[in-house]
Amino acid sequence: MTAVVGTRMLRKEDPELLTGEARYVDDLVIPGALHLAIVRSTYAHATIKSVDVSAALAQPGVVAAFSGADLRPEWAGPMPCAWPVTEDMLNPEHFPIAVHTACYVGDAVAVVVAETDVAARDAAELVEVDFDVLPAVVDLEDALSDRVLVHEALGTNRSYTWELIPDADAVEEAFANASHTVVERYVQQRLIPSAMETRGVVAVPAVYGGEITLYTSTQIPHILRVLAALTVGVSESKLRVVAPSVGGGFGSKLDVYAEELLCLALARRLRRPVRWSEDRMENTQATIQGRGMIQHMELAADADGRVTAVRARLLADMGAYLQLVTPGIPLLGAFLYGGVYDIPAYSFVCTGVFTTKTPTDAYRGAGRPEATYALERAMDALARQVGVDPAEIRRRNFIHPDQFPYSSSGGLIFDSGNYEPALARAMEMAGYDQVRSDQAARRSAGATKHLGIGLSSYVEMCGLAPSRVLSALRYVAGGWESSTVRFLPTGKVQVVTGTTPHGQGHETSWSMIVADQLGVSPDDVEVLHSDTSIAPHGMDTYGSRSLSVGGTALWLATEKVIDKAKLIAAHQLEVAAEDLDYAGGTFTVKGSPDRTMAIGAVAFEAFTAHNLPDGLEPNLEASSHWDPPNFTFPFGTHICVVEVDEETGKVDVLKYVAVDDCGTQINPLIIEGQVHGGIVQGAAQALFEEAIYDEDGNLVTSSLADYLVPSAADFPSMQTDTTVTPSPTNPMGVKGVGEAGTIAAAPAVMNAIIDALSPFGITDIDMPATPQRIWTAIKQSTDASGASGASGAGASGASGANGASGAGANGGPR
Amino acid sequence: MKVAMTINGTSQQHEIEPRVLLVQFIREVAGLTGTNVGCDTTSCGTCTVLLDGESVKSCTILAVQADGAQITTIEGLAEPGTLHPMQEAFRENHALQCGFCTPGMVLAAVSLLQENAHPSEQEVRSALEGNLCRCTGYHNIVKAILAAADAAEVPA
Repeated sequence: MTAVVGTRMLRKEDPELLTGEARYVDDLVIPGALHLAIVRSTYAHATIKSVDVSAALAQPGVVAAFSGADLRPEWAGPMPCAWPVTEDMLNPEHFPIAVHTACYVGDAVAVVVAETDVAARDAAELVEVDFDVLPAVVDLEDALSDRVLVHEALGTNRSYTWELIPDADAVEEAFANASHTVVERYVQQRLIPSAMETRGVVAVPAVYGGEITLYTSTQIPHILRVLAALTVGVSESKLRVVAPSVGGGFGSKLDVYAEELLCLALARRLRRPVRWSEDRMENTQATIQGRGMIQHMELAADADGRVTAVRARLLADMGAYLQLVTPGIPLLGAFLYGGVYDIPAYSFVCTGVFTTKTPTDAYRGAGRPEATYALERAMDALARQVGVDPAEIRRRNFIHPDQFPYSSSGGLIFDSGNYEPALARAMEMAGYDQVRSDQAARRSAGATKHLGIGLSSYVEMCGLAPSRVLSALRYVAGGWESSTVRFLPTGKVQVVTGTTPHGQGHETSWSMIVADQLGVSPDDVEVLHSDTSIAPHGMDTYGSRSLSVGGTALWLATEKVIDKAKLIAAHQLEVAAEDLDYAGGTFTVKGSPDRTMAIGAVAFEAFTAHNLPDGLEPNLEASSHWDPPNFTFPFGTHICVVEVDEETGKVDVLKYVAVDDCGTQINPLIIEGQVHGGIVQGAAQALFEEAIYDEDGNLVTSSLADYLVPSAADFPSMQTDTTVTPSPTNPMGVKGVGEAGTIAAAPAVMNAIIDALSPFGITDIDMPATPQRIWTAIKQSTDASGASGASGAGASGASGANGASGAGANGGPR
Repeated sequence: MKVAMTINGTSQQHEIEPRVLLVQFIREVAGLTGTNVGCDTTSCGTCTVLLDGESVKSCTILAVQADGAQITTIEGLAEPGTLHPMQEAFRENHALQCGFCTPGMVLAAVSLLQENAHPSEQEVRSALEGNLCRCTGYHNIVKAILAAADAAEVPA
């Protein structure tokens, strides 16, 4: 049988998705289900004085209505945060529905349950909540001053400070001796993940058996099952969690949400199924947001621009509460502020801060896009100081191929890498030298449309995660993954995986791996997932972990199946197991190529159990639980070419090139799809998206009409290529690719924009680089140079949502 | 109010509240859940269906406004068990990941090629402006539509 791994096999998932046959949560028909509507705080910060649900209860079709105080006895514990990053981290008590104080616009304060969705929503309008409005605190630096406390009982808005400073003296010394020092301040604006499917939940109780089935649009049915059982106080053995088709997640469905717990508690209390569908405005307010940081980034370098130390200080916006892994998100980037560069001294400090806004949590890349952005922007700043091309500054600092496995000063061991070929290939594809000469030609011709070219070389830390490392980082669970592989009597194969795909194509990729290992057609492999009754063990899907951890567990399970099959084949062929070769699904007696037995035939023998070796159990099935010994470290270089119109400030992306290395490739078609989507999501941070709050803590961008998710018209087709540097961390050599595009894209786009604006002396623009921000920065730069006629005039532009200083433009035209 | 329309060739007559949207009629009354809802501001296009052959966002039309109309949803685009050439092109070109925007995207694409059988890449991109996808970066969607246009006359 021809190998399928490495081929562009079309996805098995597609026909049902293309025809509307797939069932998302909202499509599930549940007889007798009640509908939940949630009354949410319209204030960012307010004491709940009273909640009157009587008018709502009087409406036809309304079955029940409750305040947070009414439902307080339903909770066996507060909402879970699984990552207390420091021993003294402050974590305010947080229940699915606020009892005393609402802490962000969208915080649940009352619920209505009715026979129909319309009746529930109509009645929710009639719930009267008497609020005592408290001051909001929106700006991160303002929050740190504790002028306004989000949680009075904590006495401070500072949740934690986490440090990674292996050798403080070395860092001080490097800065003291530096020929060049880069000191930058970057704002990671808040982003709204905006999966196309909003969240939906149905809790279905079995009144007599006591079981509850929770159907929910989640990335983490397994983690949710444990934590929901603990929070709602139901036995884990009585709770089944199912994620049906899930319409995208990007980290936003990697959480234990209030609505999941509310549906469970209300279904238990009312003894009827209870369902909830999130509308898009709720999705912007009550689903977690991403990013939200202020980064102080410093590099020390020698005269040639070789970086000798990195010093990063972060303020990270937690929002009002700590959700599942909120405080840990900056830590996922904490080790990568040195990126692909050989930097001997390292310092990272992050302070997590509460604000009266929607909680933040994992969003595609989670910490790593932020780290890559800060570093790649700073490397361009260094290149400008040293006076060399951005490509050259990168080459001078790359970790060399012979340094792998590489012990980074941040404390990681990079498994494998070869950074320069990816850079070289990307430059070749982008026509780098040609673009540079076109750029120079336009500049000398005085063109008003400026070309800019931006590079981003990245490395990510994927394959979450070695359980012992998670323990050291104070994460409360492990990072293993699980799989079971079983032959059915007819030679078909059933795979059970603990990963939870929601668009990544695991059914296809997992089938391909099994097909090659067991010599069956991918069509004859059934992949079961996302249901805790069918796949009881799992750690789910996030952090580009599914293939390198879950795929490895699967691969190991197939090896165990082959090992057992070999014993049976040897028995049947009357030879010793050592005398058998195995390839492509067939056992062959060494030296006797005509004496063979197909593994499918072995499976049938294992099923009938008529003639098995003494003591061997029937059936051909094996499970594996894989705990990776290390992370994986995918890498690559992306290049963006933009045109910026100085008269309008508009940016057009002319070309986008990506060369990524995710190790061994299972399905290049799927890899390209992940890269494409990631790039546009990352570029959207650079160009379009920002969750904007006003000073009272109202989310101004609470619809898709206001929050600019890019359309097909906003970005060009991309050119992608790959290099292949297998990972030594797992037997297949795979690394993961789900977040690469998002990690690389924002700095590539922003570096291109700033490169285009260099004739104006502009060295910083906040994301998103809107036409208004760019136009303002150009105007201030030209005004300043006109007024002073000298360099060094600082211009500050549009301010960021976090009250950050905006487009700082230093220096006059060159 | 009484509303009658034909959805995928089947007559649907029902008594409904005047405020029922076409998408609610399709999903909840006719029970066809292939049409998805992604927003409430006519921004995302996941609810796109064909109304008398033209693509419309079914969240933006009251069911009563579609009285007497011929509606095609994703379930009715091809014979059961087969794929429409546009669906085939989406599959061949890996133009979907999570699949949530896909029914609306496919119907918008079918409608586009009916109006413009051989669009340029830029025309495809402009025509898709009202249909959001968060997974694919649109690259393979555009490629699929161009491939479908190249392949043949796309039947309605």
